[in-house]
Amino acid sequence: MSDIRSGHDVKAALVDSFVKLAPQHAIKNPVMALVWAGTLVTALASLLGWSSPGFGWAVTLILFVTVLFANFAEAIAEARGRGQAASLRRARKDLVARRLDKAGKETSLPAAELRPGDLVVVEEGQLVPADGEIIEGMATINEAAVTGESAPVLREAGTDRSGVIGGTKVLSDRIVVRVTAEPGSSFLDRMIALVEGSNRQKTPNEVALGILLAIMTLTFLIVVVSLPFIAGFVGVKTDLVLLVALLVCLIPTTIGGLLPAIGIAGMNRALKANVLAKSGKAVEVAGDVDVLLLDKTGTITHGDRQATAFHTLAGVDAAQLRQAALLASLADPTPEGKSIVKLARERNEKITEPEGSHFVAFSAQSRMSGVDLADGRTIRKGAMDSIVHHAQRLGGHIPQELEVRVAEVARKGATPLVVSEGRHILGVIELSDVIKHGIKERFARLRAMGIKTVMITGDNPLTAANIAAEAGVDDYIAEARPEDKLARIRSEQQEGRLVAMVGDGTNDAPALAQADIGLAMNSGTQAAREAGNMVDLDSDPTKLLQVVEIGKQQLITRGALTTFSLANDVSKYFAILPALFAAAIPQMAVLNVMQLASPESAVLSALIFNAIIIPLLVPLALRGVRFKPASATELLRNNMLIYGAGGIVLPFIAIKIIDVLVSSLFIV
Amino acid sequence: MIEYLLFLALLVALAWPLGRYLAAVMRGAPMRSDALFQWIERPLYALLGARPEAGMSWRGYAGAFLLSNLVLAVVVWIIFMTQAWLPLNPDGIPNMSWDLALHTMVSFLTNTNQQHYSGQAQLSYLSQMTGIVGLQVVTPIVALAVACATLRGLFGGRARLEGAPLSASIDVGNYWVDVIRAAVRFVLPLCLVWSSLLVWQGVPATLASGPETVPLETLNLSANPSAANEITTTETLATQKIPLGPVAPMVAIKQLGSNGGGWYGPNSTVPLENPTPFSNFLEVLGIALIPVSIIFMIGPFTGRQRFGVMVFGTMLTLSVISTSLAMWSESWSGTSADLALMEGKEVRLGAEASALWGATTTQINNGSVNMMMDSSAPLTGLVAITNMLINAIWGGIGCGIQQFIVYLLLAVFLAGLMTGRTPELFGRKIEAPEVRLLAILVLWQPLVLLFFTAVTLAVPGITGNSNPSFHGISQVFYEYVSAFANNGSGFEGLGDATLWWNVSCAFVLAAGRFPALVIPLAIAAMLAAKRQAPEGSGTLQIETPTFALVLMGIVLILTLLQFMPVLVLGPIADHLSLTSILAQ
Repeated sequence: MSDIRSGHDVKAALVDSFVKLAPQHAIKNPVMALVWAGTLVTALASLLGWSSPGFGWAVTLILFVTVLFANFAEAIAEARGRGQAASLRRARKDLVARRLDKAGKETSLPAAELRPGDLVVVEEGQLVPADGEIIEGMATINEAAVTGESAPVLREAGTDRSGVIGGTKVLSDRIVVRVTAEPGSSFLDRMIALVEGSNRQKTPNEVALGILLAIMTLTFLIVVVSLPFIAGFVGVKTDLVLLVALLVCLIPTTIGGLLPAIGIAGMNRALKANVLAKSGKAVEVAGDVDVLLLDKTGTITHGDRQATAFHTLAGVDAAQLRQAALLASLADPTPEGKSIVKLARERNEKITEPEGSHFVAFSAQSRMSGVDLADGRTIRKGAMDSIVHHAQRLGGHIPQELEVRVAEVARKGATPLVVSEGRHILGVIELSDVIKHGIKERFARLRAMGIKTVMITGDNPLTAANIAAEAGVDDYIAEARPEDKLARIRSEQQEGRLVAMVGDGTNDAPALAQADIGLAMNSGTQAAREAGNMVDLDSDPTKLLQVVEIGKQQLITRGALTTFSLANDVSKYFAILPALFAAAIPQMAVLNVMQLASPESAVLSALIFNAIIIPLLVPLALRGVRFKPASATELLRNNMLIYGAGGIVLPFIAIKIIDVLVSSLFIV
Repeated sequence: MIEYLLFLALLVALAWPLGRYLAAVMRGAPMRSDALFQWIERPLYALLGARPEAGMSWRGYAGAFLLSNLVLAVVVWIIFMTQAWLPLNPDGIPNMSWDLALHTMVSFLTNTNQQHYSGQAQLSYLSQMTGIVGLQVVTPIVALAVACATLRGLFGGRARLEGAPLSASIDVGNYWVDVIRAAVRFVLPLCLVWSSLLVWQGVPATLASGPETVPLETLNLSANPSAANEITTTETLATQKIPLGPVAPMVAIKQLGSNGGGWYGPNSTVPLENPTPFSNFLEVLGIALIPVSIIFMIGPFTGRQRFGVMVFGTMLTLSVISTSLAMWSESWSGTSADLALMEGKEVRLGAEASALWGATTTQINNGSVNMMMDSSAPLTGLVAITNMLINAIWGGIGCGIQQFIVYLLLAVFLAGLMTGRTPELFGRKIEAPEVRLLAILVLWQPLVLLFFTAVTLAVPGITGNSNPSFHGISQVFYEYVSAFANNGSGFEGLGDATLWWNVSCAFVLAAGRFPALVIPLAIAAMLAAKRQAPEGSGTLQIETPTFALVLMGIVLILTLLQFMPVLVLGPIADHLSLTSILAQ
């Protein structure tokens, strides 16, 4: 979010604050609607001269500003969303499609006329006209318009990375795309609607809290309305303006004013993390997740086997094995081959490919690859049985040790690759799936939040156990078939847990749909993206961690500000009650613990505090209360100390300071 | 101070085993004493047509509870209005007016025993034994039953808790079984023990009419506050009729059943109702015994001991704070030096014992008194009112748990948000439908109390109190708070036997009883129907000191926020003005 834009946001929000004064909008927020009504009452009382005019108008002004502040809080949150929407809209505009008919003939038409099932051609330098799936070809695509990520991504037909988004730019090659989205309900359209908050539904927790706030407001209304009758019994005349002031101070205006902003900001924060949630509810539910299921491949590990160690047999020089492995792989284009070269280079092997060597590629028949050098040496690498067969055929001797070494490597969950030179067996290359950097820390963080991680893999149990231990996941399912994912999710749900699933493939779609939170990778198939209730635009599976934190933050922010709002009332009572009764009951002066200058200044100070606390807390509402993973009890203790105890103490100090300022301003 | 500590120690020592026993009774598991009790229970089940094995949904349970209350209400109301024509009326007491009868009936039906009549003078022995003693026995038991059903709901229903067969709807137990087992196996035997002890101390227990005696000193009689109600003029008092009756059993259930309606108008200040220091101790112990036993029941009943410990710890802490404040206020506060405050207190019991009783009786919603609350220091009155507004520092039998659950749900809701999860209690989510019901209860108390207090104070013709000024506000507010909390103690000095007071209090009494018992049951059953999440390290732990403190904070702040203005105008202003008078 640039600074230039936030300056623009503020200006737009200020205008909106006044627009939102309209009754049809005001009524949506019962707490603030009551303040608005109170403003009108005090204005009327001042007009009719029921109260001292200076004081009456001062109260009216502060109440009016309070309403404006609350409107501003909501408006600024919306304005930020709109800023994001505007840039998305630019991406959607004026797209032209090249549709293919059955005969393969091309026609140009506006993208808005495309229907699901249409085939379109997109070539280098053109924009993808609609959401769809590549059915032919592959291309590098720049998705910056949607994800903000400028590095191009590769999309290819028939793989798990076949989905394309309307508005993104093809950088190379030519692809044929089958349109999957109705016009107006494309990814981009939904995203725009979401960030603008136009179809924002209140989340269940927000609804529940809203009921509680409305009831507290009603309670205080009863308290204040009954007060003049009770006070009348002891001959105390209560001033109407003072009663309205007391009411506004007591009702939870702080949380009432900030509640809409918190909800909008939660969605925006998710979006800022490049996660597109299909509803605000999904973000909030993420905060409740108990179990996270994720595929091993591509999430926990890089997904391709890489050489991690050389195991030399007895009597063979370590350098000999390294050189042989390197030579055999120099011309090998597979990821395994490249990783062997990389490992050998890391171990300071400087040898280069000699002249006249001949690369022997892997074939299904020989099941090994290697190189024939000009000096007659033949180096081979491959699975144990094929190399053993090869060496025996050349009359070689197979050392007993080989089998032991191979078994050792396999036990670690890695794949052994045996290397031979001529008829001699040199040793074993260990190929293992490498765990992604930093993944262990992220799982630890999830565990600290009370979330269990389960890894799903097609590997054998031995391999799976090793990777699970190394990555620090809590549990794993080995040799998993797609239906196992679904079964596991169902059984966890049966036991009452909330399950999140991260996936990208088409076969993940049922599991993504069944899970309470399905986070689909943007790089994944259209089916996966449709099935999940969130899409991660960065295709980073551990992004779920951030979503969980955003969900939790949102709840904590609401709880904390509610507590703060109610705790504030204690001090406001001490400011206003003595002021209310001071004239009639002199003994009440004892309750004026803050030693406020005069009844009028006491009431004004409490009201001013009540008003300015709203904009002061807007940054907190937009950013969310700081969250660090800790046990629930620890979180409760910390937040209660800050927002509960702090909420009682802070206003005493603040009201006193404001009172000093107010009284010196007015009396001088 | 020593009496207080002794009281606490003995209370815990007795309530603990009683609570375990009560849990076994209410769980309905086989017991060694089955053979002894079943021959009483079986015919009763047959009489009521109840099938003991069949469970009830919350609606069925609440329906049975409300229906049985309605039947009792009608019968007792008719007895009160026709007692002159009914047997067992040796003193020839006339019929009650409809409104006084209504108020008295509702008052006893709600386990409140707020008395706008003066017991021994306006009720026949039949009325006392059926309407008064009968309801005093039944009403605490039915509330206990509803509380047990609520606890079953909170833990997923009887099926999950006691292994009863799973049914489609959530089974919260069988109302008739709960009531009869609690009565036969727990409350009645305990009453028998207590009344025997009281008879031993000299409390009367007879069906004969009382004797006529000649007072020793005719002129000094008016100085005796305990008999003050009986005296119209000193000249006519050549002889005095000493009212007797089956006092001991009634006093036993009055104390044990969190009832509080004395046989005698001035309650346990009368020597015949409370003759010795030991009887005083027995009676104050009796107030707390069953309510505290119920708290000890929670652990074994629900199978979750630490939850029971949390509830006990929270209530004990609040109780110690409140009792200490009351004792401080009576003995050391700025107004305690005022000798005028001893008017209305039993000199033989003293200020400290009076304060202990005053604090205990309002924490437990018993409402029996051994002094006139009107005469306590204003701040003691404040403590008493606050106790009743909270109504869950032990609380009445059954009602205490129900009210505590309301606070618990509120605290869990707020604390749950603060830990970043959808709030859940015992693994079940608290969502908008539950919060809506909870909100009704939160609003209901200030709505009823402040409405009636405001109306009564605003219309001078109906106020009818003996004190102008702040003390008058305290009197009126206290009366309604006491009615709503189903406590029944009075600030006294209130001319409350009027049509307005009778009818308005009757409404407040019922308003304070039935929603507070039934709504938590409904919420618990709604929760029971939800998917239960296993507790993990991310779930809010409610059995921790941190949560207990949060809960107490919410209870205190919520109560004070709702009633601060009226408390300031009542007891606090009273205290301040009295202090300033004393200072001069």
